[in-house]
Amino acid sequence: MQEEDFVTLRLTVNGETQRLVVEPRRLLADVLREDLGLTGTNLGCEHGACGSCTVLVDGQSVRSCLMFAVQANGHEVMTVEGLAHDGELHPLQQAFWEKQGVQCGFCTPGFLMTAYELLQHNPNPSEAEIRHALSGNICRCTGYQHIIEAVQSAARSMAEAATVPSGT
Amino acid sequence: MKPPRFRYFAPQSVEEALALLAEHAGSGQVLAGGQSLVPLMNMRLARPSVLVDINGISELAYVKTWDGGLAIGALTRDATLERDSTAAARMPLLVEAAHYVGHPAIRNRSTAGGSIAQADPAAELPAVMVTLNAEFEARSRSGRRTISAQDFFKGYLTTDLKEGELLTELRVPGLPSKAGSAFVEFSRREGDYALAGVAAVIVLDENGTIADARLGLCSVGPAPVRPQAAEALLRGQLPGNAAWAAAASAVVAALDNPLSDIHGSAEYRRHLAGVLTRQALATAAERAERNR
Repeated sequence: MQEEDFVTLRLTVNGETQRLVVEPRRLLADVLREDLGLTGTNLGCEHGACGSCTVLVDGQSVRSCLMFAVQANGHEVMTVEGLAHDGELHPLQQAFWEKQGVQCGFCTPGFLMTAYELLQHNPNPSEAEIRHALSGNICRCTGYQHIIEAVQSAARSMAEAATVPSGT
Repeated sequence: MKPPRFRYFAPQSVEEALALLAEHAGSGQVLAGGQSLVPLMNMRLARPSVLVDINGISELAYVKTWDGGLAIGALTRDATLERDSTAAARMPLLVEAAHYVGHPAIRNRSTAGGSIAQADPAAELPAVMVTLNAEFEARSRSGRRTISAQDFFKGYLTTDLKEGELLTELRVPGLPSKAGSAFVEFSRREGDYALAGVAAVIVLDENGTIADARLGLCSVGPAPVRPQAAEALLRGQLPGNAAWAAAASAVVAALDNPLSDIHGSAEYRRHLAGVLTRQALATAAERAERNR
């Protein structure tokens, strides 16, 4: 391999700037998992069917197995590791735990990131809207019902948190 | 499942992209949203040695009015099209169909032009473009040309695009203000490629009879199907179940080549095409009635 076959890229992942030298064929998912050690993003099918590897790029959900890392150059990536802060679970993670939206957990990061994007745009989604938003994510354990309930529960707790006046 | 090696270029302008496609004629492959190409590369069913990534060409991402209709830049994301207010007002059929493309995370990347250039027979937008008498602009180093949607789709994953050409714009002529349209499809799971899909446009005259009717189907042949015999049957008829049933029979009769696979036999797809044709026509006529 010649040196010109590599590209240098800089991207922000969960708020931290990362500088990498990779082959153009390197998938974003592999950069996240292998080069940056962020193994929360799971790779299921590697052809865009299962949704496990869903991350946010500039706030929009994408399949990280269908994007080359070089395409994220200069962009902001958020993975499941970016959800919790200071040891405190994000309301979505809390709700998935409480409502048993997790069984084996393999698909969970993809569901969390997809639901996160949904609640950003639509803080009070109907069940049908939740089902549509999550339609691209496959779970082979839960039967989905608990996942839907978890997203509804997270929406409620995020709305309550938003209405509590600061300082109280 | 890792893609084979390739050389990567990310032009920032159409001119630059055209120069690269000319320079790498025979080996250069355009990368748009990548939602069809990258899976093929991951599975090594596609092995382009040069990728020309057009995602940085912001001049190709727009939706604007054109000739009473719409002009859509080839790099416009399906998620953008789905939420575009100009498209919703001028060409609701396109917005309705865009909603069926893959899943939300797919539509955040997939592009209108990519779907057209890929020409998957199960894809929604090619069938809708054929129904709407759209035309496409392709540019190359030696100039630009316009191709009608009807002439563009040649067969399974095959289009009229030539080596060195880049699909740059999709143009959809306006519909009469009294038109109604609908897109319906059936798939086993939401977001999957449909087993069959139907786009319908109905224009009513002042007496409420059908002045014009158009139909386009996806997933029932190697390319989008425009069943003109069925359209001709509808002109001059009164909207209603009798007209829809006659058109559906004509559609089914016109389908000689539906795919047969584990998802559905050719016979089943043909049956489905008839059912969906009736549904699409009824909904389009209802909407036309409301616009009248």
